[in-house]
Amino acid sequence: MKALILVGGYGTRLRPLTLSAPKPLVEFCNKPMLLHQVEALAQVGVKEIVLAVSYRAEQLEKELKAHEKKLGIKITMSHEEEPLGTAGPLALAKGILSADNEPFFVLNSDISCEFPFQEMLDFHKNHGKEGTIVVTKVEEPSKYGVVVYDDTGRIERFVEKPSVFVSNKINAGMYIFSPAILDRIELRPTSIEKEVFPFMANSGQLYAMELSGFWMDVGQPKDFLTGMCMYLTNQKQRSPERLYNGQGVHGNVLVDPSAKIGKNCRIGPNVVIGPDVVVEDGVCIKRSTILRGTTIKSHSWIESSIIGWRCQIGQWVRMENVCVLGEDVIVKDELYINGGRILPHKSIGTSVTEPQIIM
Amino acid sequence: MLKAVILIGGPQKGTRFRPLSLELPKPLFPVAGFPIIYHHIEACVKLPEVKEILLIGAYQPSEALNRFIATTQRELNINLRYLQEYTTLGTAGGLYHFRDQILAGKPSGFFVFNGDICCDFPMVDMWNFHQQVQTGDHFTMLAAEATRKQSLQYGCLAENEETHEVLHYVEKPQTFVSSSINCGVYIFTPEIFSHIGAVFLKNQADVFNGGDNINPVRDCIRLEQDILSPLAGAKKLYVFKTTRFWSQIKSAGSAIYANRLYLSLYNSTHPERLAHNNDNGPKIIGDVFIHPSARVDPSATLGPNVTIGAGVTVGPGVRVRESLVLEGATLQDHCCILHSIIGWNSSVGAWTRVEGTANDPNPNDKHAKIDSSTLFNEEGKLNPSITILGRNVVVPSEVIVLNSIVLPHKDLRYSIKNQILL
Repeated sequence: MKALILVGGYGTRLRPLTLSAPKPLVEFCNKPMLLHQVEALAQVGVKEIVLAVSYRAEQLEKELKAHEKKLGIKITMSHEEEPLGTAGPLALAKGILSADNEPFFVLNSDISCEFPFQEMLDFHKNHGKEGTIVVTKVEEPSKYGVVVYDDTGRIERFVEKPSVFVSNKINAGMYIFSPAILDRIELRPTSIEKEVFPFMANSGQLYAMELSGFWMDVGQPKDFLTGMCMYLTNQKQRSPERLYNGQGVHGNVLVDPSAKIGKNCRIGPNVVIGPDVVVEDGVCIKRSTILRGTTIKSHSWIESSIIGWRCQIGQWVRMENVCVLGEDVIVKDELYINGGRILPHKSIGTSVTEPQIIM
Repeated sequence: MLKAVILIGGPQKGTRFRPLSLELPKPLFPVAGFPIIYHHIEACVKLPEVKEILLIGAYQPSEALNRFIATTQRELNINLRYLQEYTTLGTAGGLYHFRDQILAGKPSGFFVFNGDICCDFPMVDMWNFHQQVQTGDHFTMLAAEATRKQSLQYGCLAENEETHEVLHYVEKPQTFVSSSINCGVYIFTPEIFSHIGAVFLKNQADVFNGGDNINPVRDCIRLEQDILSPLAGAKKLYVFKTTRFWSQIKSAGSAIYANRLYLSLYNSTHPERLAHNNDNGPKIIGDVFIHPSARVDPSATLGPNVTIGAGVTVGPGVRVRESLVLEGATLQDHCCILHSIIGWNSSVGAWTRVEGTANDPNPNDKHAKIDSSTLFNEEGKLNPSITILGRNVVVPSEVIVLNSIVLPHKDLRYSIKNQILL
């Protein structure tokens, strides 16, 4: 079976992290975002994955070669010369996707959830129509486009940002299609939601499968952290042995074995600590991700932040309110960073008391 | 024989020092480990001719004041008395009212100090100058140098460079007069009372003659406007300039500045009062005073310019810089205190950050003085300044208190920034 992952653009919402690495390679819960999806696909027998990219393909390709071997899976780049939207990339990869006349998966690259690929395959084969969209329940459907479907799952219509309550299910960004859909899509910038799905729905060819469990689009920092919390909660249920159980831990915490944590720390809840990270004595970290190679000096307090690779955080530093630090940022002792977005290789010597971007 | 008089004001005065002055008279507020006027008294004691010190003010006698007087008398071995004004008498009215007590024992002269200043008082030099400058009855005032712009906030005097006579004196002029400013330290001879008495009688007469009495309080006589200004240019008033440090203490921010100045003075006058690095103690940077009864964890880092009061507990991994921690306060693990005053018996939780903004004078200009700016700026926002926690304020763990003032007996629940919490 095949899969297409819509990697697409420059990942600007996750800057400054994406200034140093392509978004699919930014580690979410200690594993490159893309790899979460690739591993789950390999598990249900997908043998070839196409990545629809329009940016930084070389670094991505190189990194993925290593994983190709390990998973026994073939990964191809489909390079968009101009951005082709959400449907165009399918036409570009038509040759690969239609080769074996089997259904194929299509995913948005920013999705984090318990990937229900086997369930999708069974559901899709069962109704036998052209397409299945995974939907998920959200609390505020009016922020998105909602999906309206009957008891069998057959989709009746889509409503964009409804002003009255219509449904609380939205498109979760995961699909499984029969190759016939490729006849509907031209090789030009096309929106699958606006130009393809409505026609399929009208001819009763589109079905909705409800996702159980957590779901989050982690393409921007605030949601990245929320998704991290959900993922860790899920880990607690599925594989609690992966979670960290050392001194000073509270709640769900993921720590790479090569990281070092000092005395009298309070780590968690909802913390991810990457490889080669050093956390000195008396540090408190909550609801944050610390990427590879960073050092956090003693007595600092970090909450709701994403700290990039190889950063140096001084002593008695306070960081909160969705700070995002790029690669190799230095924060001097005793500073307060409130909602700071700090670009790579920057040295910070004065506090940032109100949310702002530091170049 | 000499005496010294310290004018300590009353509860109606020193309101800019609130909330710190809500429960303790401002002159008794501790900087560098000792009450503001204790530093005055210590300086007086250095001049052996001074045999008695009188405090004149409008405060009701209180336990704090009585205890201060008893302790200071004993520690410094000097006669010390408090004379309470029956109503606000002004900076000269109090002197005149208590002239009998001041002149008891026939002193040849007496110092007068404003209570709300901090200074490296040049007692001996000023007394020597006073004795040499003229043979007849005369008075001397202490002056410092200010910037042109800031001089307008003080009493300005024009001086005859050769004779050091004060030619002109005006309090807080609207246009520039001189960059020499009145420090609020004087040497008077008993003759001063005939000058004050003349003003006193005139004021009283004006009340009954329906004259143009500008003073709202009829017994109030102001030293600066009513006595010194007329004396200027009459070959009676002389000025002794000093280059030693001097500052007013009006707002809480200036208490931090005074703390720093007195701590740095200890290096030469009382080096035993400053803490030093040793293997069992906390890390000390710069000038730090730690009261002997305070308990400081060895993993804490203190200074520069920090005073830790009696009975204070400083927990592991705590950082304190440019701050005053008053008696009985508790600082829990890993908290960070910067440019703040932590009130008596207050408590700061673990990992909490209490931070203010320094209001120090421009360090590049050696004559710059501390600015006593208003609380709010033109847009109605709170001007960033020293963070103050009043008495018995409880700050929970892991929050930030930034540029805020918290009144006494308040339990904070969450972080606050740029606020006054009533």
